[in-house]
Amino acid sequence: MTATSQHHATSSPAEHLDSTTVISWKAPISFAVVTALLAVLFLTTRHSGDAVFRLSAPRDLIQIPEIVLNGPVTTWTCVVLLTAITAAAAALVRAKRRVPLWVVVIFAVIGLVAFLTWAAAGARTPVIPLPGLLAGALSLSVPLIFGALCGVISERVGVINIAIEGQLLAGAFTSAVVASVIGQQWLGPIVGLFAAAISGVLVAFVLAAFSIKYFVDQVIVGVVLNVLVIGLTSFLFSQVLAPNAALLNSPPRLQRIPIPLLSEIPLIGPMFFRQTLIVYAMYVIIVLVYIGLFHTRWGLRLRSVGEHPQAADTVGINVARTRFWNVSLAGAIAGFGGAFFTLGAVGAFNKEMTAGAGFIALAAVIFGQWDPIRATLAALLFGFASNLQNTLSVIGSPVPSEFMLMLPYVVTILAVAGFVGKVRGPAAAGKPYIKS
Amino acid sequence: MKLELRGITKKFGSLVANDHIDLTVEAGEIHCLLGENGAGKSTLMNVLYGLYRADEGEILLDDRLQHFEGPGDAMRAGIGMVHQHFMLIPVFTVAENVMLGHEQTRAGGLIDLAAARQKVREISDRFGFDVDPDALVDDLPVGVQQRVEIIKALSRDARVLVFDEPTAVLTPQETDELMAIMRQLKESGASIVFITHKLREVREVADRITVVRLGKVVGEAEPTATNAELASLMVGRAVELTVQKEEPTLGEEALEVEHLTVVDPIGQLVVNDVSFSVRRGEVLAVAGVQGNGQTELTEALVGLQSRVQGTITLDGQDLTRHSVRRILDAGVGFVPEDRTEDGLVGEFTVAENLMLDRSDGEPFVKAGNVQRGFLAEFARDKVAEFDVRTPGIETKAGRLSGGNQQKVVLARELSRDLNLLVAAQPTRGVDVGSIEFIHKRIIETRDAGVPVVVVSTELDEVTALADRIMVMYRGKVVGIVPGDTPREVLGLMMAGERPAPSGDAPTPEGAAA
Repeated sequence: MTATSQHHATSSPAEHLDSTTVISWKAPISFAVVTALLAVLFLTTRHSGDAVFRLSAPRDLIQIPEIVLNGPVTTWTCVVLLTAITAAAAALVRAKRRVPLWVVVIFAVIGLVAFLTWAAAGARTPVIPLPGLLAGALSLSVPLIFGALCGVISERVGVINIAIEGQLLAGAFTSAVVASVIGQQWLGPIVGLFAAAISGVLVAFVLAAFSIKYFVDQVIVGVVLNVLVIGLTSFLFSQVLAPNAALLNSPPRLQRIPIPLLSEIPLIGPMFFRQTLIVYAMYVIIVLVYIGLFHTRWGLRLRSVGEHPQAADTVGINVARTRFWNVSLAGAIAGFGGAFFTLGAVGAFNKEMTAGAGFIALAAVIFGQWDPIRATLAALLFGFASNLQNTLSVIGSPVPSEFMLMLPYVVTILAVAGFVGKVRGPAAAGKPYIKS
Repeated sequence: MKLELRGITKKFGSLVANDHIDLTVEAGEIHCLLGENGAGKSTLMNVLYGLYRADEGEILLDDRLQHFEGPGDAMRAGIGMVHQHFMLIPVFTVAENVMLGHEQTRAGGLIDLAAARQKVREISDRFGFDVDPDALVDDLPVGVQQRVEIIKALSRDARVLVFDEPTAVLTPQETDELMAIMRQLKESGASIVFITHKLREVREVADRITVVRLGKVVGEAEPTATNAELASLMVGRAVELTVQKEEPTLGEEALEVEHLTVVDPIGQLVVNDVSFSVRRGEVLAVAGVQGNGQTELTEALVGLQSRVQGTITLDGQDLTRHSVRRILDAGVGFVPEDRTEDGLVGEFTVAENLMLDRSDGEPFVKAGNVQRGFLAEFARDKVAEFDVRTPGIETKAGRLSGGNQQKVVLARELSRDLNLLVAAQPTRGVDVGSIEFIHKRIIETRDAGVPVVVVSTELDEVTALADRIMVMYRGKVVGIVPGDTPREVLGLMMAGERPAPSGDAPTPEGAAA
C-alpha cells in the first residue's frame, strides 16, 4: 500500500538529504472500506423512521430544541458525502500529498452521524440523548486518562508500564476499603483517594525495583503484577469484602460539585463541570503533567533519561533514581485514577472491575504519541466509543449487543493500527540501563 | 589545571583493562593518548570521568586528591569530556542539551531557556562556532554535534577536556578545524587529553604522547617521532603500514549499478542516483564520512534494503530486488559493517558461524542434519588458513577479539566461490596485526579475478586498497577518481566538493594557530 515517488528537491548544501514523498494509500483505502461497510449496512437493514438528537437535559437552564433527522435521507446524504471525501483523499494521494488530519476528523464525524441516525431510526425509542452520551463518555474516560498519564510518565522515563491495569485495580480496591472504614460524607472518600494513590505507588515500587534494580524484563514484570493484583483483590473481595460488605465495601460516593455558570453551558457544561472531585483533580493533573514534562527541570531530566540514559548519566543525572521515583509517581497517578471506579462511579468494589481499562490506557499512550494532552484526547475517544455502546443498547437499537460490546476495542485497534502510522516512542523505553 | 593519574587499575572480571596506568597532563598542554582499539584508553578516561570506579589508583587535580562518585562530581571538579559516541539527546534542542543537568530555573520551577540560549551563543561566539541554540540535535551534521559537545563541556567551566576519538566521524577538513579549536582551548589554559589511534593527527597537534598497549603504558614519545616509530610502539612490533600490491589485471565489467536510489522510511534519499561499475580483478573503494549512504549502498547490493530503485547487475544477471538468499547464491560475499550485529552470532561457536549462510544444503547439511564431522574439519582448516586466534573451533565467537571475529567473517565469505566481494569497514575496531592480514586477503581476492567493493571511512585504508575510489557525500557520488588521488583532493570530495580539474591542493586550515 505504500509506494514511493521521486521528486528531486534542490539540495541545500549542508543540512538535509534530498527527499521523496513516501505516499500512503492507507487513508483513502480505509475511507473506502468504511463507506462501503456503512452503505451495505444501510442497504440490508433499512430503517425508515426519524432519529431525534436531544441536545439538552430537562433540568438544564438553557434549553436547545431537539434536532430531528429523517433516517433514509440523512444516511444516504452522509454516504454520498463520505464517498466524495474518499474520492478527494484518493485524488490528494495521487497528487502525492498527504491527507490532512482534519479530513479524517470530518470523515469520522459524518460517518458517526450516519451511523447514529441509522441506529436511532430503528430503535424502540428513536432518541439519542447527546448530553448523557457525552457526560457518560467523560466518566468512562476518567480512569483511562489517569492510566494514560501514568503510562506517559513511565514510558517517557524509560520504563514500559504494563502494570497500569493492576495499579488502577489496586487503587479501586484500596479506596473502597479505606473510604468504607472511615465512612462520613467527605472524609472517607478523600482519605480513600490518598490511600488509592499509595496503593498505586506500592505496585509501582515492585515494578521499579525489579526492572530498574534487577533488570528483569519490564513487560514480564508488568504482566505478572497485573495477575498478582487481580488475584489478590479477587481473593480478598470474595473472602473478606463480600461477607462484610456493610463495613468494608460500602464507601460513601463522592458527590458531584457543579461549578456555577460553567456547568450551565449547553452540551459541554454538564459534561465537564458537573463532576466529582476526582475529575476536577484530573484536569489539574493533566495540565501539571504537560507543563512539567515540557517546561520544567523535572521534565527535561525525565525525558533525557528515557531517550538516552547514558547521556543523562554523563551530565550527572542519576538514571536509576530518576526512573525509580518517576515510575512511583506514575503509579500514584494510576492508583488515584483507580479510585474513580469505586468512589466516583459504581460505589462498591467488584472483582476485576477495571475490565481492561489499563490496557486501553496503554493504547491511548501510543495513540497519543507519548504526549499527555494527546493521550487524554485518545482516552476520551475510547471512552466515547464505550459509552456509545451503552447508549445504543439503552435506546434499544437493533444492533446486536455483542457487536456493540466490541466497539470500544475495535476503535482502539483501528486507532492504534490504522491512523497512527509510524510514531516514535522514547528511544530507551523498555531498555534497562546497565552500568558496568 | 594539572591532571595526574596515579596507578589506575580497572578490571572487568578477569580482563585487566587498565594496569597501573600513570599519566600527567600539565595545564595548557595537549596530551595524546595513543593506542589501538581495546588498549584501554576509553576505559581510563571513563574512570577519570567517574563513569567507572577504579579498582586501584588515585586521581589528582592541581595536586589535590579527588573522589568521583559519578560524572557529576567529575564535572564539578572541572573535567569535561567529548565522547566518541556523542552524549546528546537527539530529540532535544542544542540549548536543552547544553543545560541538561545544570538547568537554571525561573519562578515556579520552569526552565530558563533564554539563559541557556544566551550561554550557547556566548560560547559559540568565543570560538567562532556557528551553532543555532534552537536547532534539534538530530538535524545537525555530526561535525556540528561535536561542537555542541564541546559547548556543553565549556558551559560547565571545564578546565580539563578529554576528546575521545573525536575525529572518527569527521571529514579531513572538519578534523583540521577541530585541531584549531583544540589549540585555541590550550591557549586559554585548558589541559587537553586527546585519545586517538590515528598517527597523523597525533603528530600534528600533540605536545606530548603517551602510548598504551594492552592496558599498560608502554612508553612516551615526542611529536617528532615518525609514523613507523609510533606504530611499532603502539603494536609492540614492527608493522608494515602499506599494503604490497601489484597493478591490477582487469577483466570484463562484472558489477554494474545504474541509477541506484535507496529511500528510507521517512522519504529521504539516503542513496541518491548512484551509478558505477566494477571490473573483474579490481578494487573499488567507496570513501566518505560515516553516514553518507555507504551503509545503505552496501545493504542494497546484497538485498537488505527494501525501497530500492535502479538496477544492479552482476555478470549480466539482474540482482535488483532479489532476496538475500538468491543474491548470495549468485556468488556475492558480504562483510557487514557491524560484525557483532550483522556478521556473527556471538553465542554460536566459531564453527557454526563459519557455516551460517550455508545451512540450506550439502555439504554442510544432509537430510536436515548438520554434518558435524565435516563442519569441524572445515572449521579447523579455515581457522588455520585465516590465522584465527581462538582456543578452539567450539569457542563462542563473541568471546574472540575484534580482529579474530572479523577473520571468522572473512573466512566464511571467502570460502565460497565468489563473483563479487562487498566488504564494509573490513578493519573497523581491528588490531593493526589483523588489519595487515585482512588487507592482504582482500588484495588476494582481487588478484583471483573477483571484483571487490570496499567501503571505508578511513582514508588510509581507502588509498591502501583502492584501484579506483568513489567518494560519496549525502547519498550522492561526488566523483570516481583513480586510486592514487592525493588525500587533500579526497578530503575535499568527502566534504562534497567536486574535484577541480586543475587538481590544486588546498592549504590546510588552522596551521597558523
